[in-house]
Amino acid sequence: MKGKADIAVTPQDRSTDVEHWLHAYEQMAKIRMFEEKVNELYMKAYMPGLAHLYSGQEAIAVGVCEALRRDDFITSTHRGHGHCLAKGAAIDKMFAELLGKEAGFCRGKGGSMHIADPASGNLGANAIVGGSMGIATGAAFSAKMRGSDQVAVCFFGEGALGQGLLYEVMNMASLWKLPVIYVCENNLYGEYTYYSEMLAGEITERARAFGIYTETIDGQDVQQVYATTQKLVDRARRGEGPAFLECKTYRYYGHHVGDINREYYRPKREEKEWMTKRDPLKILAERLIGQKLSDQAVLDHIQAEVLAEVEAGVQFAINAPYPDKSEVTQDVFAV
Amino acid sequence: MFSQSEREITYAEAIREALFEEMRRDPQVFIIGEDVAEAGTPFKVLSGLVEEFGKDRVIDSPISESGFSGVGIGAAMTGMRPVVDIMFGDFIGLAMDQIANQAAKVHYMSGGKMKVPIVFRTTLGATRRSAAQHSQSLHAWVSHVPGLLVAIPSTPYDAKGLLKTAIRNNNPVVFFEDKMMYKLKGPVPATDYTVPFGLADIKRAGKDITLVATSSMVQVALGAAEMLNEIGIDAEVIDPRTTTPLDRQTLIDSAKKTSRAIVVDEGYQGYGVTAEIASVIADGAFYYLDAPVKRMGAMDVPIPFSPVLEDLTVPTEEAVYQMARSLCGRN
Repeated sequence: MKGKADIAVTPQDRSTDVEHWLHAYEQMAKIRMFEEKVNELYMKAYMPGLAHLYSGQEAIAVGVCEALRRDDFITSTHRGHGHCLAKGAAIDKMFAELLGKEAGFCRGKGGSMHIADPASGNLGANAIVGGSMGIATGAAFSAKMRGSDQVAVCFFGEGALGQGLLYEVMNMASLWKLPVIYVCENNLYGEYTYYSEMLAGEITERARAFGIYTETIDGQDVQQVYATTQKLVDRARRGEGPAFLECKTYRYYGHHVGDINREYYRPKREEKEWMTKRDPLKILAERLIGQKLSDQAVLDHIQAEVLAEVEAGVQFAINAPYPDKSEVTQDVFAV
Repeated sequence: MFSQSEREITYAEAIREALFEEMRRDPQVFIIGEDVAEAGTPFKVLSGLVEEFGKDRVIDSPISESGFSGVGIGAAMTGMRPVVDIMFGDFIGLAMDQIANQAAKVHYMSGGKMKVPIVFRTTLGATRRSAAQHSQSLHAWVSHVPGLLVAIPSTPYDAKGLLKTAIRNNNPVVFFEDKMMYKLKGPVPATDYTVPFGLADIKRAGKDITLVATSSMVQVALGAAEMLNEIGIDAEVIDPRTTTPLDRQTLIDSAKKTSRAIVVDEGYQGYGVTAEIASVIADGAFYYLDAPVKRMGAMDVPIPFSPVLEDLTVPTEEAVYQMARSLCGRN
């Protein structure tokens, strides 16, 4: 199970499907603007708590989720806004959650690090690094047990490779051929530390040790992420078991919004390099324009529409009421 | 409660019967854990289940408590009702993030949108000569975490009825079985019945002193009550049966009636279940008490191997008897 040879079926080629890619562009723009707005809200002290921005990694959430059905599952991380939006969560209810309002996805009880939207298949962001690996694997286990062809995607950063849970569940996923895809977003930094300082060996070798099919791809190229995920999803739906996808990417902001002075762990020129040469929105825009599938005016129009939606979502959240104090004891237990 | 002619089975058989009945009733129920299938666990509690339900519903897992607990939680969140087998209570430490940070919080964190109907079956109890890592009674750990229900049955009847309630409940339940009680026999109806959570049971009615006892300590308290009876002290033995939810009112009412209370539990005494229950009684029955509420838990030491030492760590009938006698001013 080493190479890419065991992928038998070539998925539908959508490389020239303009509508599809404009939608992907829109989704990525939505995440980018959402996160810019979160940063602004935080700086203006509208937003309590912590925020870990997804900016720079948009192509992964969007490329992966575009290859999923609405009833497929994802689990997400502390850096989860992008996954949420990409899987279909509404912007206004997300902002409301971030501000701790009752209209939020979790009635204001989860916040940035715990947004869940089971209606769109999102089983929740998780503030324990690697904490959702069991849940994603269990969702795949359940899909198989129920005779459904749903798949589960487990998003995590390369920092989560330090958690033992991953190795326990990859072992089970491989043994039982579970339809789960482990998506490792390697953004090069675990908090404030370069990943190789904390990681022995090779990333994908870990999964291969369990006989799990792996690929490493450019996480800035949404078309590549989509095409690869589609193959892995098809494979999982056919009962051929789990996969591990490493996506090389970069986080534009700090570990969280308060992590502003970053030069002690990563140089500014490196940030600039990624933002100018490896930006996922630019890469897709240039390709669509270069292939004459679209033009700047169309993309600008998308940007303007998304911006309006984001602004409206923020206003909705700011105007929304906080939960009633009686909510504090509600939903500790399910009925 | 039962006539002599009523069927008697062991505590282990009662657990097994509850699983048979619930797995027949609900195809979403499955079992996962180490050596749960053909082996039926080291305690043989699950013997026979795989023969009826097959290996797709009685699933042997690798030795990965955190991993299979997490898999169970994910399955529970997506339509199944797993019963996760954690062989020894001491091993919940391995699965604690999954139990306390994931299962316990999903419902609340999601604003009530997601449920985790899962049962973690595990064991408690010392005096099996199993030493420090296979003998602890750690139910206080999980009783401390909001979002978890905790059942600690003390009889075959309660074991069956509480396990069926646990499986049908839509919350994570940690279910502690006293491994020393697996062979204890008692009356158990062959019919379908459940025991509700949060309802204490008066195992022996009395008027002079209240002995609140849990799980393994119920038999100890009943033994002590018989000894006390011989010197004219009529003890009431109450078993809360679940620590979360806790039937505060029954405990308080009993203490108000008897004016004295001892809480006996096999968890470590320090910061333990005895502390919580004693405070409930002290608070709720303060003006009725003739003596301070006393606590008897396991000694605050790692459980030693040597039988001579191990036996010192757990409350005994004699110790409860002496404490009760002293509390009643009968030294």
